[in-house]
Amino acid sequence: MTTAIEVARVSKIYRRFSHKKQFATLKSALLSRSLIRNLRPDETFTALNDVSLTVPKGQTLGVIGRNGSGKSTLLKLVAGITKPSAGTVKVNGRISALIELGAGFHPEISGRENVFINGIMLGLSKREVAERFDEIVDFAEMKEFIEAPVKTYSSGMYMRLGFAVAIHVDPEVLLVDEVLAVGDEGFTHKCLDKFAEFKRRGKTILLVTHSLGMVERFCDEALWLDTGRIKGSGDPKRIVGAYVTYVEKREENELAAADAKARRGADAAIVSPDEPASAVLPDTPMETATAAGDMFRAAEGRWGSREVEITQVDFVGADGQPGHVFHSGDRVDLRIRMRAPLPIDDFVVGVGIFNADGTCCYGTNTYIEELAPESIVGDTEATFTIESLDLVEGTYKVDVAIHKIDGYPYDYHRLLHTFRVKSRVKDVGIYRPRHKWSFAGNVKFKEPRGPRS
Amino acid sequence: MLHNLAQLPRYRGLIQSLVARELKARYRGSVLGFFWSFINPLTLLLIYTFVFKYVMPAAVQGVSNYPLFMFCGLLPWTWFASSLVESSGVLISGGNLIKKVLFPAEILPIVTVTANMVHFFLALPILVVFLIYYKAPLTIAELVWFPVVVAVQYLFTLSCALLLSALTVHFRDIRDILSNVLTLWFFGTPIIYSYLHLPETAKPFMKYMNLNPFVHLAISYQEILFFEGPFGHWRWLLALGGVSLILFLGAYWTFDRLRDSFAEEV
Repeated sequence: MTTAIEVARVSKIYRRFSHKKQFATLKSALLSRSLIRNLRPDETFTALNDVSLTVPKGQTLGVIGRNGSGKSTLLKLVAGITKPSAGTVKVNGRISALIELGAGFHPEISGRENVFINGIMLGLSKREVAERFDEIVDFAEMKEFIEAPVKTYSSGMYMRLGFAVAIHVDPEVLLVDEVLAVGDEGFTHKCLDKFAEFKRRGKTILLVTHSLGMVERFCDEALWLDTGRIKGSGDPKRIVGAYVTYVEKREENELAAADAKARRGADAAIVSPDEPASAVLPDTPMETATAAGDMFRAAEGRWGSREVEITQVDFVGADGQPGHVFHSGDRVDLRIRMRAPLPIDDFVVGVGIFNADGTCCYGTNTYIEELAPESIVGDTEATFTIESLDLVEGTYKVDVAIHKIDGYPYDYHRLLHTFRVKSRVKDVGIYRPRHKWSFAGNVKFKEPRGPRS
Repeated sequence: MLHNLAQLPRYRGLIQSLVARELKARYRGSVLGFFWSFINPLTLLLIYTFVFKYVMPAAVQGVSNYPLFMFCGLLPWTWFASSLVESSGVLISGGNLIKKVLFPAEILPIVTVTANMVHFFLALPILVVFLIYYKAPLTIAELVWFPVVVAVQYLFTLSCALLLSALTVHFRDIRDILSNVLTLWFFGTPIIYSYLHLPETAKPFMKYMNLNPFVHLAISYQEILFFEGPFGHWRWLLALGGVSLILFLGAYWTFDRLRDSFAEEV
């Protein structure tokens, strides 16, 4: 097996100039005799750090990683658009880089002329473009617009035409940078089919994408970049799994930090118990958590007399560890720690879950559920157990409150607690009922379409 | 550097189609379209003729057929000046290509200079009409020299364009400096006046005139197309050709050195 792409110990250091350089002009540079010095960097930013990889001919490598991890830089280096600061890049065969589609289209001239120029730019001869012209136009579904100036095209048409040209260059090595995000569903499928065809014909593909499903389905190997270094490479399923776990952990930390910040902010701006009690809280306790209507507009915050204080709120997963990121269907305990210095006999504990739109997904309290309060005193703990978190993917905010039956707040945490639900299935809505599909009669499905669906 | 230079001929086809695109795109959408290639120089001609024939006739005393004379210098100057102005911004406006497509950046200034040369050629028929109208004599020898002058100007303009385009990426001020320099350069070159009929007050500056490369181009055009007699300025012209070649290598070297910074700076 021959090597198509060989990247050996490549680093890319971008130069970052200080403010001084930004304001420097030719005149001032000449005056201070610093023309040469100013062309040197003051600061550097390492986009890629000692990255090595080889892609054998005919293989498809998927590159994943967070924004700014160096994926696009890697692609540009392989494409030869930028030069590595250290190390070597070797590519065997004609490259076509789908980095930006339609780069170099001139808005004033027709699609036809642009196809020719773009094709020539990508390395075809004029005759070769002419031979493939009809095929390109057909692929882009642009027959009736091809004579119109490109400036009249919609962005989708622009991308389609750009993609069609690039894919018809017939490269041996295809570099793809997150370009499939464009175009409608139908066109995306067409592109995927084209990729599959490339694979069949033994072409080498380097794919940079955030679509993990595509990497799993499509790539022979995956590479995970993080802050310019290779964090893992190998079997796509394994790498994607590791990456997803890592991302969840990061989200977890971010949410924890945001949560803590929200609580600190709320503590700093404690509102006197009477005012908001009448202004924000509805009159009847029945509605404290359920009637979201008026409460949409209420900003996050905390108020109450603190006769009973909510000292801590945790989301506890099935593993018994507090966390912020859960999967749809997980068991989650909402653990509320409270402290009542003096015995209180009139209290209601309430919980409300809101999605990112501010829609109340669910709300309840002990009064609604007909628990009659008798007394609460000292350090106590309430656990609201959700047997199965049947929510769709998204970020949710939680209200936790303890108040009198008439609504007088002891401690009200408004949207102060956040958790995130992740899901493999990208279904829509708010609530995911436990469900399954079954069919009677002559209905057949192929093998599962996606890797995990 | 030499390796990159040797690669350039491979991009002939691309340069050709980009020049064609440049020409097509320029007048696309305007009513008169391609005719602007004629109208623009004619308008300039009318303005300068009005000024120097009726407002300040003293300045051009002794030059007969003034419109023809002025045209000989004005058309090459337009080619030169617009090439420089456009090429100073060409890497920045073409940033998309440099950043996203594997594309030798020097093609952009080359296309600019070449497209402007084509414009120059397109305006030549007007000059021919003037030559016939004024019954100006043209010898075969002069016709042979004409392409040489054009070639020297092309090389000289391209060298300046390469240098300017590369440096402007780092010093955007060049674009503003350039417009002022070009104004000075224009009036410092015998285009709207004749170097043969300078007043006494201009004499002290005469000796510096030979340092101005465009003087030799303008005089060459004028000697070939306007003045009678053999083409006497050829030594200067060939010397300028030599200087331009050295300048070109220097400019290309600078361009090549800065090449890697383009994708990051534009």
